[in-house]
Amino acid sequence: MSNSLDSYLVLSGLLFAIGTFGFLARRNAISMLMSIELMINAVNLSIVAFGAFVAPLKTHAAVIALIVIAVAAAEATVGLAIIIAIYRNKKTPLVDEYDAMRE
Amino acid sequence: MPIGDSIPLVGIRWDDVLFVVLAATLLVSALLVVTLRDIIRCGLSLTVSFASLAGIYVMLGNPLIAATQVLVYIGAISVLILFAIMLTQTKNAPIRLVFQTQAWIAAAAAAVLAVVIVATVLTTTWPAGGQRLWTATADVAHLLFHDYVLPFEVVSVLLTAAVVGAVYLARREPGRREEDRS
Repeated sequence: MSNSLDSYLVLSGLLFAIGTFGFLARRNAISMLMSIELMINAVNLSIVAFGAFVAPLKTHAAVIALIVIAVAAAEATVGLAIIIAIYRNKKTPLVDEYDAMRE
Repeated sequence: MPIGDSIPLVGIRWDDVLFVVLAATLLVSALLVVTLRDIIRCGLSLTVSFASLAGIYVMLGNPLIAATQVLVYIGAISVLILFAIMLTQTKNAPIRLVFQTQAWIAAAAAAVLAVVIVATVLTTTWPAGGQRLWTATADVAHLLFHDYVLPFEVVSVLLTAAVVGAVYLARREPGRREEDRS
Protein backbone atom coordinates (compact mmCIF):
# COMPACT_ATOMS: atom_id res chain seq x y z
CA MET A 1 0.00 0.00 0.00
CA SER A 2 2.74 2.46 0.89
CA ASN A 3 4.58 1.57 -2.32
CA SER A 4 1.88 2.60 -4.79
CA LEU A 5 1.33 6.09 -6.16
CA ASP A 6 -2.44 5.57 -6.10
CA SER A 7 -2.76 5.52 -2.32
CA TYR A 8 -0.90 8.83 -1.94
CA LEU A 9 -2.99 10.45 -4.68
CA VAL A 10 -6.23 9.20 -3.11
CA LEU A 11 -5.09 10.60 0.24
CA SER A 12 -4.31 13.91 -1.40
CA GLY A 13 -7.70 13.97 -3.15
CA LEU A 14 -9.56 13.29 0.09
CA LEU A 15 -7.61 16.03 1.85
CA PHE A 16 -8.44 18.44 -0.97
CA ALA A 17 -12.15 17.57 -0.73
CA ILE A 18 -12.11 18.15 3.04
CA GLY A 19 -10.50 21.54 2.44
CA THR A 20 -13.12 22.40 -0.19
CA PHE A 21 -15.91 21.56 2.22
CA GLY A 22 -14.37 23.72 4.94
CA PHE A 23 -13.89 26.64 2.56
CA LEU A 24 -17.48 26.51 1.33
CA ALA A 25 -19.22 25.77 4.61
CA ARG A 26 -17.47 27.67 7.40
CA ARG A 27 -18.62 31.14 8.38
CA ASN A 28 -15.43 32.28 10.06
CA ALA A 29 -12.92 33.94 7.72
CA ILE A 30 -9.96 32.37 9.54
CA SER A 31 -11.53 28.92 9.23
CA MET A 32 -11.80 29.52 5.49
CA LEU A 33 -8.12 30.44 5.38
CA MET A 34 -7.23 27.27 7.31
CA SER A 35 -9.21 25.26 4.74
CA ILE A 36 -7.20 26.92 1.96
CA GLU A 37 -4.04 25.81 3.76
CA LEU A 38 -5.39 22.24 3.80
CA MET A 39 -6.02 22.40 0.04
CA ILE A 40 -2.52 23.76 -0.65
CA ASN A 41 -1.10 20.93 1.47
CA ALA A 42 -3.10 18.39 -0.54
CA VAL A 43 -1.71 19.73 -3.82
CA ASN A 44 1.81 19.71 -2.40
CA LEU A 45 1.37 16.11 -1.28
CA SER A 46 0.42 15.06 -4.79
CA ILE A 47 3.43 16.93 -6.25
CA VAL A 48 5.82 15.21 -3.85
CA ALA A 49 4.14 11.84 -4.46
CA PHE A 50 4.62 12.17 -8.22
CA GLY A 51 8.24 13.08 -7.60
CA ALA A 52 8.77 10.04 -5.42
CA PHE A 53 7.38 7.56 -7.95
CA VAL A 54 8.20 8.99 -11.39
CA ALA A 55 11.98 8.97 -11.85
CA PRO A 56 12.38 11.91 -14.32
CA LEU A 57 10.39 14.23 -12.02
CA LYS A 58 12.32 13.35 -8.87
CA THR A 59 14.27 16.50 -8.04
CA HIS A 60 12.02 18.87 -10.02
CA ALA A 61 9.08 17.92 -7.81
CA ALA A 62 11.04 18.77 -4.67
CA VAL A 63 11.99 22.20 -6.03
CA ILE A 64 8.41 22.93 -7.12
CA ALA A 65 7.09 21.83 -3.72
CA LEU A 66 9.54 24.20 -1.98
CA ILE A 67 8.36 27.10 -4.17
CA VAL A 68 4.70 26.21 -3.46
CA ILE A 69 5.41 26.26 0.29
CA ALA A 70 7.04 29.70 0.02
CA VAL A 71 4.13 31.11 -1.98
CA ALA A 72 1.65 29.59 0.48
CA ALA A 73 3.46 31.32 3.33
CA ALA A 74 3.17 34.65 1.52
CA GLU A 75 -0.52 33.99 0.85
CA ALA A 76 -1.22 33.18 4.52
CA THR A 77 0.55 36.35 5.67
CA VAL A 78 -1.40 38.66 3.37
CA GLY A 79 -4.70 36.82 3.93
CA LEU A 80 -4.49 37.05 7.70
CA ALA A 81 -3.47 40.71 7.49
CA ILE A 82 -6.55 41.40 5.34
CA ILE A 83 -8.79 39.55 7.81
CA ILE A 84 -7.36 41.53 10.74
CA ALA A 85 -7.84 44.79 8.83
CA ILE A 86 -11.48 43.91 8.06
CA TYR A 87 -12.03 42.81 11.67
CA ARG A 88 -10.81 46.18 12.83
CA ASN A 89 -13.50 47.90 10.75
CA LYS A 90 -16.42 45.49 11.05
CA LYS A 91 -15.78 43.96 14.52
CA THR A 92 -16.71 40.45 13.33
CA PRO A 93 -14.76 37.56 11.79
CA LEU A 94 -17.88 36.07 10.14
CA VAL A 95 -17.89 36.43 6.37
CA ASP A 96 -21.66 36.58 5.94
CA GLU A 97 -21.71 39.81 7.92
CA TYR A 98 -19.36 41.50 5.45
CA ASP A 99 -22.23 42.98 3.44
CA ALA A 100 -21.13 46.60 3.01
CA MET A 101 -21.21 46.39 -0.79
CA ARG A 102 -24.68 44.85 -0.92
CA GLU A 103 -26.57 47.99 0.05
CA MET B 1 19.09 -4.67 16.94
CA PRO B 2 17.69 -4.45 13.42
CA ILE B 3 14.01 -5.22 13.02
CA GLY B 4 12.67 -7.00 9.97
CA ASP B 5 10.90 -5.55 6.97
CA SER B 6 7.48 -6.74 8.09
CA ILE B 7 5.70 -7.63 11.30
CA PRO B 8 6.55 -11.21 12.27
CA LEU B 9 3.65 -13.73 12.27
CA VAL B 10 1.18 -11.31 10.66
CA GLY B 11 3.22 -10.46 7.58
CA ILE B 12 2.12 -6.83 7.23
CA ARG B 13 4.91 -4.49 6.17
CA TRP B 14 5.95 -1.82 8.68
CA ASP B 15 5.77 0.82 5.94
CA ASP B 16 2.10 0.07 5.35
CA VAL B 17 1.33 0.30 9.07
CA LEU B 18 3.13 3.65 9.25
CA PHE B 19 1.33 4.92 6.14
CA VAL B 20 -2.10 3.94 7.45
CA VAL B 21 -1.44 5.54 10.85
CA LEU B 22 -0.15 8.79 9.30
CA ALA B 23 -2.93 8.96 6.70
CA ALA B 24 -5.62 8.33 9.32
CA THR B 25 -4.14 11.02 11.57
CA LEU B 26 -4.01 13.41 8.63
CA LEU B 27 -7.61 12.83 7.51
CA VAL B 28 -9.10 12.84 11.02
CA SER B 29 -7.31 16.03 12.04
CA ALA B 30 -8.28 17.69 8.74
CA LEU B 31 -11.92 16.73 9.38
CA LEU B 32 -11.64 18.18 12.88
CA VAL B 33 -10.28 21.42 11.38
CA VAL B 34 -13.40 21.89 9.26
CA THR B 35 -15.98 20.64 11.76
CA LEU B 36 -14.94 21.69 15.29
CA ARG B 37 -16.96 24.42 16.91
CA ASP B 38 -14.17 26.10 18.87
CA ILE B 39 -11.86 27.80 16.39
CA ILE B 40 -8.76 27.65 18.59
CA ARG B 41 -9.10 23.84 18.58
CA CYS B 42 -9.38 24.00 14.80
CA GLY B 43 -6.03 25.80 14.74
CA LEU B 44 -4.40 23.22 17.02
CA SER B 45 -5.70 20.30 14.98
CA LEU B 46 -4.44 22.04 11.84
CA THR B 47 -0.98 21.82 13.43
CA VAL B 48 -1.48 18.07 13.94
CA SER B 49 -2.42 17.63 10.28
CA PHE B 50 0.71 19.57 9.18
CA ALA B 51 2.86 17.32 11.37
CA SER B 52 1.42 14.07 10.01
CA LEU B 53 1.87 15.39 6.49
CA ALA B 54 5.55 15.99 7.32
CA GLY B 55 5.74 12.33 8.33
CA ILE B 56 4.26 11.32 4.97
CA TYR B 57 6.88 13.45 3.19
CA VAL B 58 9.58 11.49 5.06
CA MET B 59 7.94 8.25 3.92
CA LEU B 60 8.05 9.57 0.35
CA GLY B 61 11.84 9.88 0.63
CA ASN B 62 11.92 13.67 0.77
CA PRO B 63 13.45 14.76 4.09
CA LEU B 64 14.13 18.31 2.86
CA ILE B 65 10.45 18.95 2.13
CA ALA B 66 9.53 17.39 5.49
CA ALA B 67 11.94 19.72 7.32
CA THR B 68 10.57 22.70 5.40
CA GLN B 69 7.04 21.61 6.26
CA VAL B 70 7.92 21.56 9.96
CA LEU B 71 9.75 24.89 9.83
CA VAL B 72 7.36 26.86 7.64
CA TYR B 73 3.96 25.32 8.32
CA ILE B 74 4.20 24.23 11.96
CA GLY B 75 6.69 26.89 12.98
CA ALA B 76 5.38 29.92 11.11
CA ILE B 77 1.94 29.52 9.54
CA SER B 78 0.34 27.74 12.52
CA VAL B 79 1.63 30.40 14.91
CA LEU B 80 0.41 33.12 12.53
CA ILE B 81 -3.05 31.55 12.35
CA LEU B 82 -3.24 31.10 16.13
CA PHE B 83 -2.28 34.76 16.62
CA ALA B 84 -4.92 35.85 14.11
CA ILE B 85 -7.52 33.72 15.93
CA MET B 86 -6.62 35.34 19.24
CA LEU B 87 -6.82 38.84 17.69
CA THR B 88 -10.25 38.25 16.14
CA GLN B 89 -11.84 36.09 18.81
CA THR B 90 -15.11 37.45 20.17
CA LYS B 91 -16.61 36.25 23.43
CA ASN B 92 -19.75 34.72 21.94
CA ALA B 93 -18.10 33.19 18.87
CA PRO B 94 -18.37 29.47 19.79
CA ILE B 95 -22.05 29.74 20.66
CA ARG B 96 -23.11 31.13 17.31
CA LEU B 97 -23.68 29.14 14.15
CA VAL B 98 -20.41 27.67 12.87
CA PHE B 99 -21.50 26.73 9.36
CA GLN B 100 -23.27 28.65 6.64
CA THR B 101 -26.93 27.79 6.22
CA GLN B 102 -26.18 26.03 2.91
CA ALA B 103 -23.53 23.80 4.47
CA TRP B 104 -25.18 20.59 3.27
CA ILE B 105 -24.84 21.72 -0.35
CA ALA B 106 -21.15 22.32 0.32
CA ALA B 107 -20.89 18.84 1.87
CA ALA B 108 -22.54 17.28 -1.19
CA ALA B 109 -20.23 19.21 -3.54
CA ALA B 110 -17.16 18.16 -1.57
CA ALA B 111 -18.31 14.52 -1.56
CA VAL B 112 -18.83 14.63 -5.34
CA LEU B 113 -15.37 16.18 -5.75
CA ALA B 114 -13.82 13.44 -3.59
CA VAL B 115 -15.54 10.70 -5.58
CA VAL B 116 -14.46 12.24 -8.90
CA ILE B 117 -10.83 12.61 -7.79
CA VAL B 118 -10.64 9.09 -6.34
CA ALA B 119 -12.27 7.57 -9.43
CA THR B 120 -9.88 9.47 -11.71
CA VAL B 121 -6.85 8.33 -9.72
CA LEU B 122 -7.93 4.70 -9.66
CA THR B 123 -8.87 4.44 -13.34
CA THR B 124 -5.76 6.14 -14.72
CA THR B 125 -2.59 4.13 -15.25
CA TRP B 126 0.22 6.42 -14.15
CA PRO B 127 3.67 6.03 -15.68
CA ALA B 128 5.06 5.30 -12.24
CA GLY B 129 7.36 2.68 -10.84
CA GLY B 130 6.31 0.59 -7.88
CA GLN B 131 9.17 1.76 -5.71
CA ARG B 132 9.63 4.98 -3.78
CA LEU B 133 12.70 6.96 -4.81
CA TRP B 134 14.94 8.78 -2.38
CA THR B 135 15.54 12.44 -3.29
CA ALA B 136 19.07 13.60 -2.52
CA THR B 137 19.14 17.06 -0.97
CA ALA B 138 22.33 18.00 -2.85
CA ASP B 139 20.56 17.38 -6.18
CA VAL B 140 17.66 19.57 -5.07
CA ALA B 141 20.06 22.36 -4.13
CA HIS B 142 21.86 22.09 -7.45
CA LEU B 143 18.62 22.21 -9.42
CA LEU B 144 17.17 25.04 -7.32
CA PHE B 145 20.18 27.32 -7.74
CA HIS B 146 20.89 26.32 -11.32
CA ASP B 147 17.80 25.69 -13.46
CA TYR B 148 15.22 27.24 -11.13
CA VAL B 149 17.17 30.30 -10.08
CA LEU B 150 14.72 32.73 -11.72
CA PRO B 151 11.64 31.34 -9.88
CA PHE B 152 13.72 31.39 -6.71
CA GLU B 153 14.45 35.11 -7.11
CA VAL B 154 10.82 35.84 -8.02
CA VAL B 155 9.71 34.06 -4.84
CA SER B 156 12.11 36.14 -2.78
CA VAL B 157 10.67 39.35 -4.27
CA LEU B 158 7.16 38.00 -3.65
CA LEU B 159 7.95 37.29 0.00
CA THR B 160 9.34 40.80 0.48
CA ALA B 161 6.25 42.30 -1.13
CA ALA B 162 4.01 40.10 1.03
CA VAL B 163 5.74 41.15 4.25
CA VAL B 164 5.55 44.86 3.34
CA GLY B 165 1.92 44.50 2.26
CA ALA B 166 0.94 42.63 5.41
CA VAL B 167 2.53 45.27 7.63
CA TYR B 168 0.76 48.01 5.66
CA LEU B 169 -2.64 46.26 5.81
CA ALA B 170 -2.56 45.33 9.50
CA ARG B 171 -1.17 48.70 10.57
CA ARG B 172 -3.29 50.75 12.93
CA GLU B 173 -4.26 53.99 11.24
CA PRO B 174 -3.27 57.01 13.35
CA GLY B 175 -6.61 58.84 13.30
CA ARG B 176 -8.81 55.86 14.26
CA ARG B 177 -7.57 55.10 17.75
CA GLU B 178 -10.81 56.15 19.49
CA GLU B 179 -12.94 53.97 17.25
CA ASP B 180 -10.70 50.94 17.84
CA ARG B 181 -11.14 51.05 21.56
CA SER B 182 -14.93 50.66 21.46
